[in-house]
Amino acid sequence: MRRRSVASRRIVDLAMRLVAGSAAAAGILALAWILATVVSRGAAAFSPAFFTHLPTPPGVAGGGLANAMLGTLLITSLAALFSIPMGLMAGVYLAEFGRESRFAAAVRMATNILMGVPSIISGVFVYTLLVATTGHFSGYAGAVALALIMLPVIVRTTEDMLLLVPGALREAGLALGTPRWRVTRDIVLRSASKGLLTGVLLAVARVSGETAPLLFTSLNSPYWPERLGQPTANLTVTIFSYAMSPFRDWQAQAWGAAMLITLGVLATSLCARLLMRGK
Amino acid sequence: MALSERRVLSPAADRVFRSTAVLCALSVLLLLLLLVSTLAWKSLPAVRAFGAGFLWSDAWNPVTGAYGALSSIYGTLASTLIALLLAVPLSLTIAFFLVELAPPVVSRPVGVAIELLAAVPSIIYGMWGLFVFAPLMSRHLQPALARLSGDSPLFAGAQMGIGILTAGLILALMILPFMTAVIRDVFSLVPPVVKEAAYGLGATKWEVARQVTLLYGLRGVIGAGVLGLGRAIGETMAVTFVIGNEHRLSTSLFAPGNTIASTLANEFSEASDPLYVSSLVYLGAILLVISVGIQWAAHSWLARVERRSGAWR
Repeated sequence: MRRRSVASRRIVDLAMRLVAGSAAAAGILALAWILATVVSRGAAAFSPAFFTHLPTPPGVAGGGLANAMLGTLLITSLAALFSIPMGLMAGVYLAEFGRESRFAAAVRMATNILMGVPSIISGVFVYTLLVATTGHFSGYAGAVALALIMLPVIVRTTEDMLLLVPGALREAGLALGTPRWRVTRDIVLRSASKGLLTGVLLAVARVSGETAPLLFTSLNSPYWPERLGQPTANLTVTIFSYAMSPFRDWQAQAWGAAMLITLGVLATSLCARLLMRGK
Repeated sequence: MALSERRVLSPAADRVFRSTAVLCALSVLLLLLLLVSTLAWKSLPAVRAFGAGFLWSDAWNPVTGAYGALSSIYGTLASTLIALLLAVPLSLTIAFFLVELAPPVVSRPVGVAIELLAAVPSIIYGMWGLFVFAPLMSRHLQPALARLSGDSPLFAGAQMGIGILTAGLILALMILPFMTAVIRDVFSLVPPVVKEAAYGLGATKWEVARQVTLLYGLRGVIGAGVLGLGRAIGETMAVTFVIGNEHRLSTSLFAPGNTIASTLANEFSEASDPLYVSSLVYLGAILLVISVGIQWAAHSWLARVERRSGAWR
């Protein structure tokens, strides 16, 4: 190595510390700036009507996004309903039954590939599968598109969490004569429940802010989501169309919706973190 | 009596339980096959009409029915490249700061904040880009870049604030928290003994970071970069707001362009002509191949690195 004086090495070290410190500060400030914008502009849009009323045409005061809030809740819950049982059971298969088998390896690979599918592709896929064939956009299609994104996340975390459960626990249960399914349900799943809940929460947090998969599936609607078999209002597509519109009041409402989504996602991720720490 | 009954019952229940699990695992596999075959089948008309020439044709005219992917592929690659050029060094230095320099009082809350920021939905970044960043871009950053670079064609043309450069910058901000979190984890896997040995030889913090931590975690860092690349390349909302959405090839980074994802977001629900729809699905299939290929390579790489460094969870 090239010889250098201690002084020059100290100077380089100090310079790099300063650079790293200021880079960290700059990056964190930029991200804080984004959040501050969302909070200040979003809070300005909050009013009782914002949470309780239907949207109004541009220029008409007193409109709200209550239908979109309800729609997002419905679509996300439905997506969770579709993906959680299936993902849990697939994860149980990988951790409890499949282990080293070839079929399990194929399922694991499929899960990894599904995780890498861009969310807009999930929207295109569900559009051709459920919208083009039935001839209309629907909240159900939106929920399926979101479920497709949640599914691999849940399979992966379920497998990881179940593998952390010591084998001795399973053996103890089986040795007492407990049937396999009860060992899995009452011992393995139960002792991994915190980790499983964390995985589910992270998956929900991830999809509740997704826009791209909903663009061509649930679309949007100015009405209450009475039936999910029709275009269904939701916050993220509303943000997209309101923010892109030329109307000031719609743009203001888009910020309100953006803040609501951000708060929801951050709160969910925070819950997941706290759960993990409590473990 | 009760005991023997249960003995007869439990194998049946076990079989049901086991086959449900197998069925669910199988459906994950089938879903992927269905996705791939649906995309392949729906893009068939466009593949027949344009063949592989679709990849390097810059035509995009719904009126004459001529479609090509070049401008979308170019925009996707250019914006992703800009994002990585910015986000990789920045996330490396932030991770260095968090692991080596900052006291725990600072690094712990900042680390948590960065992990939480990685969860902020991409549409928020896109919206902020359109309303806050794009005006700044056209007023300050673009004139400055044009002046500094002289007559460089890269920074020529109208300074509208939106375009490929803005999209790349917003993408960089979006992947920054995620990449920082991954790189920080890679850095903290470096055994303290190795670093202490270097300190014992009289190395400074920066020398340890560059010659020990970075080299030790190099494969992990590259894996993290590729993961960020996979995220950026398929990103829709952060880009669609600020890229301008035009099918146009331009040497200038100020010019509006599009990416595969933004083209799909803007045009898919309006396309009615079957060849138009099919061309869009073809575009989507190209994106799928690119991003899945990248992410899969990165995942298997990271897994191998973690196993080799002996810190497998």
